[in-house]
Amino acid sequence: MTICEATPTTGADGASGDQGFEAPVGRAAGAGLVGLELSDADRSEKFARMRAGELGSVHSWELVTAVDGPGTRMTIFLSGCPLRCLYCHNPDTMAMRNGEPVEASELLLRIKRYRRIFKNSGGGITLSGGEVLMQPAFAATLLRGAKEMGIHTTIDTSGFLGAACTDEMLADIDLVLLDVKSGDPETYRKVTGRALEPTLKFGRRLAEFGTEIWLRFVLVPGLTDDPANVETIAEYAATLPTVSRVEVLPFHQMGKDKWESLGIPYELGDTQPPTNAEVDRVRDQFRAKGLTVY
Amino acid sequence: MTTTETSTTIDGAATPDPWRGFETGPWTESVDLRDFILRNYTPYEGDASFLAGATEKTQRVWETLEKEYLSVERERRVYDVDVDTPADVDAFPAGYISSDDDVIVGLQTDVPLKRAMMPSGGWRMVETAIREAGKEPNPAVKEIFTKYRKTHNDGVFDIYTPRIRAARSSHIITGLPDAYGRGRIIGDYRRVALYGVDFLIAEKTKDKDAVADQPFSEHWARYREEHSEQIKALKKLKNLGAQYGFDLGRPAATAQEAVQWTYFGYLASVKSQDGAAMSIGRLSGFFDAYFERDLAEGTITESDAQEMIDALVIKLRIVRFLRTIDYDQIFSGDPYWATWSDGGLGEDGRTLVTKTSFRLLQTLRNLGPAPEPNITIFWDETLPDGYKEFCAAISIETSAIQYESDEQIRERWGDDAAIACCVSPMKVGKQMQFFGARVNAAKALLYAMNGGRDEVSGKQIVTGYEGVQGDGPLDFDDVWNRYERMLDWVVGTYVEALNIIHYSHDKYAYEAMEMALHDSEIIRTMGCGIAGLSIVADSLAAIKYAKVTPVRDETGLIVDYVTEGDFPTYGNDDDKADDIAATIVHTIMQKIKAIPMYRDAIPTQSVLTITSNVVYGKATGSFPSGHEAGTPFAPGANPENGADTHGMVASMMSVGKLDYNDALDGISLTNTITPAGLGRTKEEQVGNLVGILDSGFVPQD
Repeated sequence: MTICEATPTTGADGASGDQGFEAPVGRAAGAGLVGLELSDADRSEKFARMRAGELGSVHSWELVTAVDGPGTRMTIFLSGCPLRCLYCHNPDTMAMRNGEPVEASELLLRIKRYRRIFKNSGGGITLSGGEVLMQPAFAATLLRGAKEMGIHTTIDTSGFLGAACTDEMLADIDLVLLDVKSGDPETYRKVTGRALEPTLKFGRRLAEFGTEIWLRFVLVPGLTDDPANVETIAEYAATLPTVSRVEVLPFHQMGKDKWESLGIPYELGDTQPPTNAEVDRVRDQFRAKGLTVY
Repeated sequence: MTTTETSTTIDGAATPDPWRGFETGPWTESVDLRDFILRNYTPYEGDASFLAGATEKTQRVWETLEKEYLSVERERRVYDVDVDTPADVDAFPAGYISSDDDVIVGLQTDVPLKRAMMPSGGWRMVETAIREAGKEPNPAVKEIFTKYRKTHNDGVFDIYTPRIRAARSSHIITGLPDAYGRGRIIGDYRRVALYGVDFLIAEKTKDKDAVADQPFSEHWARYREEHSEQIKALKKLKNLGAQYGFDLGRPAATAQEAVQWTYFGYLASVKSQDGAAMSIGRLSGFFDAYFERDLAEGTITESDAQEMIDALVIKLRIVRFLRTIDYDQIFSGDPYWATWSDGGLGEDGRTLVTKTSFRLLQTLRNLGPAPEPNITIFWDETLPDGYKEFCAAISIETSAIQYESDEQIRERWGDDAAIACCVSPMKVGKQMQFFGARVNAAKALLYAMNGGRDEVSGKQIVTGYEGVQGDGPLDFDDVWNRYERMLDWVVGTYVEALNIIHYSHDKYAYEAMEMALHDSEIIRTMGCGIAGLSIVADSLAAIKYAKVTPVRDETGLIVDYVTEGDFPTYGNDDDKADDIAATIVHTIMQKIKAIPMYRDAIPTQSVLTITSNVVYGKATGSFPSGHEAGTPFAPGANPENGADTHGMVASMMSVGKLDYNDALDGISLTNTITPAGLGRTKEEQVGNLVGILDSGFVPQD
């Protein structure tokens, strides 16, 4: 999806007015790996090269503006995710086997090609997914390569696999888009199928390390919208001094077709997007903690 | 002419030296606007904080116009038509919007939005348009233009060849300017203000007589006759000024006069010609010299300066031509492309941005957004930050600005170039274009595969060409060879039509007013164009990288294609598909260049269908790319609708691979971005749009 197709849905069926703003749940992964040569390594060689960080399982890439971090960015969607979020917008990136094998060097060539765009626009690269930290060695190679070219780097992560991110790798990351999907551990498990604590721990580590964070929260009526749940995240966010903005992202149904085409049961088929008033309420909860909120 | 000359106005008051305070140079000896501007403009590196809002008078005029005229016109499409007076520079008495309308004056007819007949292009269009507006043509006027006075349209059809008629009726070549004014000529309207009309008449007379002692030739005779026409037009321009109480014979002596005189030059042109695009040129730096001088003299304030630009822009928003409903459909509305070019750098490296560049953009805030004048910014990374940010902010607020690459235009056409219509660059006053509409390059591919049979009608339009043989998968080399051969016919027929059209237009509908504001020796380009680039590129990519099997009807005509497997598509910064697109553009340009042009015009090409994609799509069948019969083409050099999957900036990179040398008449990429898609805050949106423009207009490493 490109920004030229982003259309605001202001006022439509009483839904929140800024759903056209596509990040991250509002934004599908890119479509394909145009321009990249796929690796033809055989199976055992692939494993070895993946462990070495030379080869990754990649879903797609895209040049985007004003989503996935500042400026115009090349967002690379990696395949594979440990979570099973009920509202996942890119269920086709959940399984690593669904990605295509791409050499890190091949991606770095493409990144190099866009250096000037990144410089002109104050942009850079964003590693997204799936879950970028499912392939830490590959991610580390890309981040190092980008930093060597002086390019701004961002990862878009749930933080669940934060332990896989080494300090060395952290040093190559300028910004983390940290998706905190819930403040209440039970709700978190309901939404993702996993535990909340690793995310909170990773966020605190980022703050200690001095890494800038954009904290993101997807507002799903009937699932994550409990004021107490929101309050917990807001309190947590306020304890992290490197959080420079909070983005409250209204849930919508743009991912529904993908679940259906993948034949996976989709539980939120009847869930409505939040109203403007609901989104405002949640944003105000964050603002009340002195945070910059969009 | 000297800088100390004084003259008197019509009411007898003494006029101050019109050139007082200006740095002199070659421009004082002969017509040289560029020299005047470069010596006298003030580059502006600041921000928009100095600007003034709309004055009460501006607001009142705009409200009157909206309430009494524009709202009425929107209801009935055409406000009014004068069916008795064939248009000319001085054919109508003075007219005003209201008693407040006294800053920059002048209307095309005597009433705002009332349209005039311009039958020199062709009577049939005029008559149809009059009837569609609910009026009856005047039989006496009809008799003149059908019995006594031959029109451009009559001339063209006297010469057209059978193959042109066949190509027109099958819609492989459409939208040709063979029944309406061609446009794409920008008079250097600034000349009227800087020199006054008397000087311009004297110069044209000198040029005309410079060849008086040469022997007869057709070229010589045409040169002298055209100069006579230009001189007559300049005299009518003086009459026009007198109708409104001004002596245009002398140079403008104040900023207000400079804007007024310049507008009269443009007004005279739109009173006498209804070209498809009637662009106004590059005025800001010129006006700015006068504004700076008058501001320094203390005779005007910033608010006065803004009021003048607002008043001019109001006038540019109410230019109207008598068009048919069909014409409006081809052009998606009623555009006249009063394109005003601005921004850019000088060849000396200084920015050409002035405070008046800001004042022009400010009109969109003071008057609200409107498509005309079509404000076109020559963009460069190194433009002043304050200007870049103001452009981006106004774009976000109004969607009413168009951008072009300054570097590409400046390197080829110099730093006093302006855009005619939407992408066609030309040196102001030194160059004109023979507008060529465009040929359907996509349909040509289907003709190649069908051996010249039309895929919609089944008729044999072109003979002597064999289509693809058999029912097996298409072979890329085979199809490419057939396409190249078919292009010989298509391009040959197309350029033949253009040569005929411009020969006839010069003869029967010569733009004497606009050409009087040009040098006597000018550059002419033949602006050829293509439609359907992305469809051909993707279809050829499908044939090359996937498996494409033709589907034939019972007569053997290929009417559809079955495409199996993946193929690269143009518009994703993928060299495989983008190279095919670049090769198509290059191949067509080579074929155009091989044909001799009328008046030795320099052949150029554009890839720019901004408005006519629905019409082209309707007349065209299905493609191997999956493009379905009858559906709209993507605009200009855009990727096929939905085929660009890697982001807008990636599509800009793809378009950037088309060689500008193959498309010197311009390449367009149309994108829609909502402000919310550019960032969370206005500041972020402005920064991101500036970044996109910087990225898109600069060649990559």
